[in-house]
Amino acid sequence: MNIVVLVKQVPDSGTQRSLDPSDNTVARAAADNVINEIDEYAIEEALQVKEAQGGEVTILTVGPASATDAIRKALSMGADRAVHVQDDAIHGSCAIQTSGVLAAALQQLEYDLVLMGATSTDGQVAVMPALLAERLGIPQLSGAQKLTVEGSTVKVERQTDGGFWALEAPLPAIVSTWDTINEPRYPSFKGIMAAKKKPVETKSLADLGVDPSSVGLATATSAVVDVTGRPPKGEGVKVTDEGDGAEKLVGFLAEQKLV
Amino acid sequence: MSSLILSRRDLEFLLHEWLEVETLTKRPRFAEHSRETFDAVMELAEQIATEHFAPHNRKADENEPRFVDGRVQMIPEVAQALAVFVESGIMAGTFDEEYGGMQLPQTVGQAAFAWFKAANVGTSSYPFLTMGNARLLLAHGSQEQKDTYVRPMLEGRWFGTMALSEPQAGSSLADITTRAEPQEDGTYRLVGNKMWISAGDHELTENIVHLVLAKIPGGPPGVKGISLFVVPKFLVTADGSIGERNDVVLAGLNHKMGYRGTTNTLLNFGEGVHTPGGRAGAVGYLVGEPHRGLSYMFHMMNEARIGVGMGATVLGYTGYLHALDYARTRTQGRPATGRDPSSPMVRLVDHPDVRRMLLAAKSYAQGGLALGLYCARLVDEERTAESQEERDRAHLLLDTLTPIAKAWPSQWGPVADDLAIQVHGGYGYTRDYPVEQFYRDNRLNPIHEGTNGIQALDLLGRKVTVHGGAGLALLAETIRATTARAAGTPFADLAADVDAALTRLVSVTGTLWGTGDPALALANASAYLDAAGHTVVGWLWLEQALATREETSDFHEGKRAAARYFQRWELPKVHTWLDLLESLDRTVLDTPDAHL
Repeated sequence: MNIVVLVKQVPDSGTQRSLDPSDNTVARAAADNVINEIDEYAIEEALQVKEAQGGEVTILTVGPASATDAIRKALSMGADRAVHVQDDAIHGSCAIQTSGVLAAALQQLEYDLVLMGATSTDGQVAVMPALLAERLGIPQLSGAQKLTVEGSTVKVERQTDGGFWALEAPLPAIVSTWDTINEPRYPSFKGIMAAKKKPVETKSLADLGVDPSSVGLATATSAVVDVTGRPPKGEGVKVTDEGDGAEKLVGFLAEQKLV
Repeated sequence: MSSLILSRRDLEFLLHEWLEVETLTKRPRFAEHSRETFDAVMELAEQIATEHFAPHNRKADENEPRFVDGRVQMIPEVAQALAVFVESGIMAGTFDEEYGGMQLPQTVGQAAFAWFKAANVGTSSYPFLTMGNARLLLAHGSQEQKDTYVRPMLEGRWFGTMALSEPQAGSSLADITTRAEPQEDGTYRLVGNKMWISAGDHELTENIVHLVLAKIPGGPPGVKGISLFVVPKFLVTADGSIGERNDVVLAGLNHKMGYRGTTNTLLNFGEGVHTPGGRAGAVGYLVGEPHRGLSYMFHMMNEARIGVGMGATVLGYTGYLHALDYARTRTQGRPATGRDPSSPMVRLVDHPDVRRMLLAAKSYAQGGLALGLYCARLVDEERTAESQEERDRAHLLLDTLTPIAKAWPSQWGPVADDLAIQVHGGYGYTRDYPVEQFYRDNRLNPIHEGTNGIQALDLLGRKVTVHGGAGLALLAETIRATTARAAGTPFADLAADVDAALTRLVSVTGTLWGTGDPALALANASAYLDAAGHTVVGWLWLEQALATREETSDFHEGKRAAARYFQRWELPKVHTWLDLLESLDRTVLDTPDAHL
């Protein structure tokens, strides 16, 4: 069972994040960059499938040199190897362009299962599984809260508001996971040391046979044209209790349509 | 939001911009390492401490372990957190690969472990004691003892303790009465009581390895008759599995002001509650040679003392971070110069006196952290420096600094927490905010692992005098190398102040011992420890200021500000203490009991 996990490095969603004022792309250079949190669940799921069925887990990421940190973390959790697509021309690419790069990279890999987090905390478009399924011509099972592989079939429970759908597809397939699917392991000290010796292959667009003009901000299908900061918090309303504090509070909540 | 447990940025600064730990990777022992592995370890420690240790810190405080039917009951979160800790392999991190370790430098290991102490000092005590125990056995135990006990401890299957004190003998180990009767098969049977034994009983692990000080009958009196024994809670069979229950039992738990998550026990040895081999007496195995137990134990104690100092520092550090966060968000009052009641209130941090408290707490917390990590770096030098001469120098300097590394943070870390409470005002005094717990937890540190009074006697009575004063001379030489480096920098005046304090410290040391009256010289030892501690930390603030180089970030400016604070507000205190010492003041010595 060869599993490829798509991993993205993103600015830590727990810190102040910003856009680069020069081109409105995500400001990564000065940010505290981490693995997109939900991708850790995909890595964990891949490791569990591998532990049950054998095989190899490959991490695939597209990103600048700093994305190596995310790769190392994934490898220290237990993944076997990684492919890092790194090319300045990719900067500012939209989801559709990026899916072309990822699909080209996947075509150079052997895989039975492609796993990824359901969305990233920076772009939040959540369309990558569908885009890749279309490009690769394989099924996608999105939003998994449970995954099992039986022979050449993958079965998932797709999480919904009211319950779940039971889905299955023949392998190879793409599955995106939610953070309800498992509890990701921590890297271990041994894993950290072992990660240093695991192969990480860096590929350029030329290596993948992707035309540089098909990616990047200039030809992106979508771009951030303007951005406005969150308005500062208002002064708030002060309720002075003159024996009628409770009524005033209820009145305020009703006015805000909160009760 | 930045962590309120510790500052990742400060740890990075200390490890890399100041101590340059990456240079250690050139040495064979650390050759497998790189900045990458150090960063990964630090990140992992922060993550586990944040997600598994900090969340139950308050709950463990409010639900201290209970003694029920002879057994310890504690909240389940402690075991869950320790299981994650053990699984990560951090326990063995600094140990040899041969024992499952990753040969991490001690400097990085201490920095990583600081996250756990700061997040939850009670839960982190169990692995802390276990690592010290394992290190002692590796240094002084037989191969069989290493194979039997060290590996399970480093795998986290068993935890360890050190059992020194007795109900009647705490600081005065010469007066312990636990006896170890030699048996024909080479083992010993121990009989006696041990008091204040942290982690002395629990059900977190399948076995507990006690390292116990006891006297073999017929041995020399006093400390020269103390031997060291391994006494497992359960005897271990030849194949390493758990065997008979040993005759060591929990007699009771102590109820403490802080550190409540750590069981603190009275243990009875050899009272016949259990009868291993069919009879009463706790089975013990001699470590090393008879009557050398205390010197072996000090091997563990010295490391433990630096660890206690680190614990005191980081508890002060987390208090400081909480106070800083509160002071930046809480508005209260108006500036002293503009009392217009219609103007908006300002933040606490806008009041100069609050800034004074925050700078003081910062200078203690970050100064203590620098001291602890510098000492850890000396441990690495002592073990791995290229030449024997360098290793010897590191050993001597570390030995001289150890009482300061234990006592100074234990003295000033709680002051940082005291200030953190003060910044919070009335809220800080309530249990709705965590700073009161940090203070209570930290209040243990001047007491255990050798009280600060003992450390003062050790520093003045032993460390600065042995080998003809070589330790003090080396410390002075090391400090002067830094102050010389500061010439022509913006910190030349700080260097001059450190030099002046040092010169006087050396001279007053001579004055004290020049009296020919040890009772008089040692009577005011705690003032000496204070003076030496502030001089050393003043030097380390100079070191940190110099390590900021030309950087102009708020972080680096903040380092310089704290160095300035220490220079202006703290270093002058050295002269007050030295004035008292130099006058050979007899007030304490001559005040009779009836006048107290």
